[in-house]
Amino acid sequence: MERIPILKMGRYLLVTVQVDMHDRLAMTLQDDLTNQIVEHKARAVLIDISTLEIVDSFIGRMLANIAAMSRVLDAMTVVVGMQPSVAITLVELGLSLKGVYTALNVEKGMEFLTTSLSGEDGADAGNTG
Amino acid sequence: MAQTGTSKIPDILAKYKADILTDWTRQQLESMASRRGAMREGDITEQSTEFLNAFVEAAAGNLTDLRSEKWDAAREVLAAVSRSRAKKGFTPSETAMFVFSLKQPILTRLRAEIGDDVDAVASEGWTVNEVLDRLGLFTMEVYQKGREEVIFRQQQELMELSTPVVSLWENVLALPLIGTLDSARTQVVMESLLQAIVKSGAAIAIIDITGVPTVDTLVAQHLLKTVAAARLMGADCIISGIRPQIAQTIVHLGVDLGDVITKATLADAFALALQRSGMMVVSIKGRS
Amino acid sequence: MPVIRDELMQVRASDDIVRVRQMVRALAVELGFGLVDQTKIVTAASELARNTLDYGLGGTTLVEVLEENSRIGLRITFEDNGPGIADINLAMTDGYTSGGGLGLGLSGAKRLSNEFTIESRVGEGTRIAITRWKGR
Repeated sequence: MERIPILKMGRYLLVTVQVDMHDRLAMTLQDDLTNQIVEHKARAVLIDISTLEIVDSFIGRMLANIAAMSRVLDAMTVVVGMQPSVAITLVELGLSLKGVYTALNVEKGMEFLTTSLSGEDGADAGNTG
Repeated sequence: MAQTGTSKIPDILAKYKADILTDWTRQQLESMASRRGAMREGDITEQSTEFLNAFVEAAAGNLTDLRSEKWDAAREVLAAVSRSRAKKGFTPSETAMFVFSLKQPILTRLRAEIGDDVDAVASEGWTVNEVLDRLGLFTMEVYQKGREEVIFRQQQELMELSTPVVSLWENVLALPLIGTLDSARTQVVMESLLQAIVKSGAAIAIIDITGVPTVDTLVAQHLLKTVAAARLMGADCIISGIRPQIAQTIVHLGVDLGDVITKATLADAFALALQRSGMMVVSIKGRS
Repeated sequence: MPVIRDELMQVRASDDIVRVRQMVRALAVELGFGLVDQTKIVTAASELARNTLDYGLGGTTLVEVLEENSRIGLRITFEDNGPGIADINLAMTDGYTSGGGLGLGLSGAKRLSNEFTIESRVGEGTRIAITRWKGR
């Protein structure tokens, strides 16, 4: 069955969403991610949406869900590469994507994660902040 | 107005087409004497022939409903004539005369053919006038639309020219806004800033409104939307250059800036941007 | 206003939502809409198609190309024979903070469009039409 590939990069997971996702695919992605965060004890998930031309409220909710589920599993989520027209549309739509960190690209996303997570080594595992 | 079925006009047009064409082109050349050189006789004849053919054919089909498909070809010829003459510098009136000057040749033939029936001449003559008046006005509309397109294009170019995005430093962009902001312009501004953010990879953008005389609710909303969009993309915006009057206006209007950072001057904003980028400006002492 | 082209699609499964998006996008591109305009209308269509499926229990999407006074527009009409909306005004308020769903889709789609009409009767169904004109 068709799935979106998840790459493991050290303690991070990288997902690149390229296709116009239908619902099943989105659900499968959420499941796969949660499983892999646990399996690899990942500290963060980077979701690259730089080729996504449409983000509707369904996709928005998916991203917010992934962020929430990751947080419960003590991992951070960063969504990177949102296109300007998508951002403008989301603002108009009224979607705020609260709880989702964003960065301009994968590189900046990783910089952000390094800074954010570096202070946490040795901190409570159960502290979800 | 005469019914299409009983009108003699289509027949007269078909019968005397060649003569009407000759008369008409001669008239045009005469009235264009002062503008000779602007159009060659050959071009005038060509345009007139093309239009007259289309006109005669359309009139044969449906004389009165100019919106029907039968008149599409004639309208297209007229639109082309209007545009080409506008380019050559003809005024819309001069171009409309192209159509109006067709009246006399037709009316002359009309009177010759059915002159003895006074009522018919009056009523058919009226039809000719009506049709040609509408077609003449059509050429003016085409001209008008052409001008509007030019103006629109120039406005677009002006908008693009007046919204330069400047790279102040690595990771810091500045957008100095000058002049009044209307809805259309603010949208162009918003889009070009966001595109610049993606292209440069700068995560901080300073929107400086020192040069903006007034800010109303709509403009404020647009600015806030821009900041929100940038944030969704992963960049932060600082709004600087808020003059005391604008600060008052914003409060009076009840605009909630939320957690958008604002600074009085571009310099302050730049200092903050550098700090956030993990940089600082240090003075070099002891240089001679 | 004159419709110069139209296309009717069924919205019965979630795959159809993707199809509606692709159809609207293709048409918007063909008609020369700017990128932001394209994104807005496709996103609005996606929201409303999803509503048709989730709340209308399936229905149709009619995409029409309009031409009026030499401006071009894209009108998309979503129709279903579902339960209908009892309080349209309530449904149109932003429901996002209360968990998303119907509210966000409707008011959001309205903000993303130049024109928006909605008719609904409880027990009979709903019809929503959005229009976006090129260049506005």
